[in-house]
Amino acid sequence: MTATTTPYRSDIPVGRDGLVQLLGAEWTKFRTVRGWVITAITSALLIVLFAYLGTFRHQNSVCAGPTGPGVSCQGAAAQPRVPVGPGGEAVTDSYYFVHRTLQGNGSITAYAGSLGGRIQTGNGNAVSTTDVIGAPGPVQPWAKAGLILTASTRPGSAYGAVMLTGAHGVRMQYDYTHDTAGSHAAAPTSPRWLRLTRSGTTLTGSESADGVHWTQIGAAHLASLPVSVQAGLFVTSPQTAPAPQFASGSAGSGGSATGLTATFDHLSLQGQWQGGAWKSKDVGADSEMPTLSSVGYHLAGGAFTLTGSGDIAPAVGLPAAFTDQPSLTGVFVGLIVLIVLGAMFITAEYRRGLILTTLTASPRRGRMLAAKTIIIAAVTFLAGAAAAAVAIPLGAHLLRANGNYVYPTSTLTELRVILGTGALLALTAVLALAVGTALRRSASAVTAVIMLIVLPYILAIASALPTEASNWLLRITPAAAFAVQQTLPQYHQVNYVYTPSAGFYPLAPGLGLAVLLAYTLAALLIARHLLRTRDA
Amino acid sequence: MSHALHAEWTKLRTLAATGWLLLGTVALTVALSTVVTLAINYTSGGPSQDITKLSLAGIYIGQAIVAILAVLSISGEYSTGMIRVTLTAIPRRASMLAAKAATLTALVAVAAALGVLGSVLAGRLILPAHGFTAAHGYPVLSLAHDLTLRAAGGSVLYLALIALLSLGVATAVRDAAVAIGIVLGLLYLFPILATLATDPSLRRHLQQIAPMTAGLAIQDTTHLQHLPIAPWAGLGVLAAWAATSLSAGGLVLRLRDA
Repeated sequence: MTATTTPYRSDIPVGRDGLVQLLGAEWTKFRTVRGWVITAITSALLIVLFAYLGTFRHQNSVCAGPTGPGVSCQGAAAQPRVPVGPGGEAVTDSYYFVHRTLQGNGSITAYAGSLGGRIQTGNGNAVSTTDVIGAPGPVQPWAKAGLILTASTRPGSAYGAVMLTGAHGVRMQYDYTHDTAGSHAAAPTSPRWLRLTRSGTTLTGSESADGVHWTQIGAAHLASLPVSVQAGLFVTSPQTAPAPQFASGSAGSGGSATGLTATFDHLSLQGQWQGGAWKSKDVGADSEMPTLSSVGYHLAGGAFTLTGSGDIAPAVGLPAAFTDQPSLTGVFVGLIVLIVLGAMFITAEYRRGLILTTLTASPRRGRMLAAKTIIIAAVTFLAGAAAAAVAIPLGAHLLRANGNYVYPTSTLTELRVILGTGALLALTAVLALAVGTALRRSASAVTAVIMLIVLPYILAIASALPTEASNWLLRITPAAAFAVQQTLPQYHQVNYVYTPSAGFYPLAPGLGLAVLLAYTLAALLIARHLLRTRDA
Repeated sequence: MSHALHAEWTKLRTLAATGWLLLGTVALTVALSTVVTLAINYTSGGPSQDITKLSLAGIYIGQAIVAILAVLSISGEYSTGMIRVTLTAIPRRASMLAAKAATLTALVAVAAALGVLGSVLAGRLILPAHGFTAAHGYPVLSLAHDLTLRAAGGSVLYLALIALLSLGVATAVRDAAVAIGIVLGLLYLFPILATLATDPSLRRHLQQIAPMTAGLAIQDTTHLQHLPIAPWAGLGVLAAWAATSLSAGGLVLRLRDA
């Protein structure tokens, strides 16, 4: 008498190594190792905590002057007053202006030339912005003399201008960030005819060598231009580029103030110009940038001679001013923690022998690696983005509370930095996972990834390497991805030390992240190949 | 103790990884130093360069390999279970750790000396061709020069101390990945934090207590009065880090079951 026995049938559905099931399996592995969950949370907390260290600062050193330290400088009232341009960026708007009111359409033409420079005497570090006369000196490359039409004489107003520059020929510029090159004069001081025409909301800048044959340089559409505008002659000259120094976002205030003198004649106006007399104004005289006080103009025989100091440009290198970068100091700490986590997510399986079980359950090895990649990327992206979203406003608040200036950034830029930080951490963790899969040894994998991404960054910003070498390191190594944290763009029309240690990266944010992505994908492909061709 | 030394020497010598890592230390140190010396050029009127320190820049990468070697020398025993055999043979745990530290230091010192000599030689051969000549105020690198000798000898000591620091950390935490993360974090994070710190005095303090920044002050040969910390004092800071980490490791080793 034999009992019929039903053969055992597992009730686990067939196709149990589909990606969805594998994701579930990997998520269970991650979730149930208490140390890993704690590590991921700790990395986020460290990023936030180190925002305190990065932005820790006794008060703004500009405040520690005659008023006495720590008394009058607490709180938001001590913030430097920096004008904001039409595009929302911090700007410098400081120039000598001889102007009249233009009603509606019209144009202004002048013959500009005879540029002469002045430079502040004495130490550039101890700038008292009011008592600086200056001595004759070289004409600065971006010293400007020309015609300007502006919505008002309030700093930060919308404007368009054509100008002669010290070393960059004739230019048309508008709304601070826009710059178009005209002809490049043979000698920097050779005179030139300039014309600025307004028609509705469109400004056109033209130049001519002889006053007869005119060439258009460019056109600007200023949507917010009122009917009645101020137009006339302007002269300005920016501070010299400061010496490079190690600091982030704040590097090198401390250039010398300079001035420019220029002569304008054969002035002719078309359109409805109100009032017979020319008015003059030292626009933005209380600028945060060092300027000379010896400005002014005189009119003799139809020729205007103007002396001005300052700049009409985006603000770069303001004293005691910072970007988001000090708030994100902790990203490096979080990065190292997550590299360890990423590598251990696979090397722990090799060490414990769990890899045998894993590969028995899901013999498709590539799919197993994909599932691990997705889980570790999702966890680290969330940790990084969430931490950055807290650290950035926290750091900015701490800096402002101590009387420092924080450059304004658009919401879109903030979003890019937050998501970019998450992506940076996720890609690095996946790189560690891939290298860990290939090497199987956690110590070697962790070291390799740290040497690939953290070491180049240190060599670039904190060693004595020349700027060109630092820039190459930040182009070709995964450290290029830190460019995603840069919020202040590099402006060619502002003379400044755009070095990595000052927070300026050689690659655009997206491109920098793409370099890291390329490394990560290459490592994943190698890891997948080794995983499939080697015994576990 | 001599038996313990002999045992540790045998273990370290017969591991395939040891030879590769020592070779890697020498090769990567010389390679990075060479690349850095190739990247710099004399510019007249530019800031004066510390060519000795730049020629020894390979230490930045060599120390990471030294750290792996040191971490694996103890973490490897924990991951394979070898530690139980070791402690059965040498029940005096402090002796075991001391023997490990001694053999490790000796091996690392040899590799470090080769790496440093190679770097100095590369600097000596390459730099004059890049404008760093006596006529421009840069004498040829030579170990006969006191400051260069201090920088080169100090770099060897630096790497030996890094090995001890790593050994101590790995003894305390056991797991290789965590230990190497802690060691490289200690080494590489301080300089980044110091550079990113917005407060000048905080920055200086960070540079004074950082194992890497302070320890590498021994390589400086110019602008000595502007250093955040004096060369030998800086190496002393690193020695204090190494001593603390070894003591902590020794204490944990004594108190915890293997």
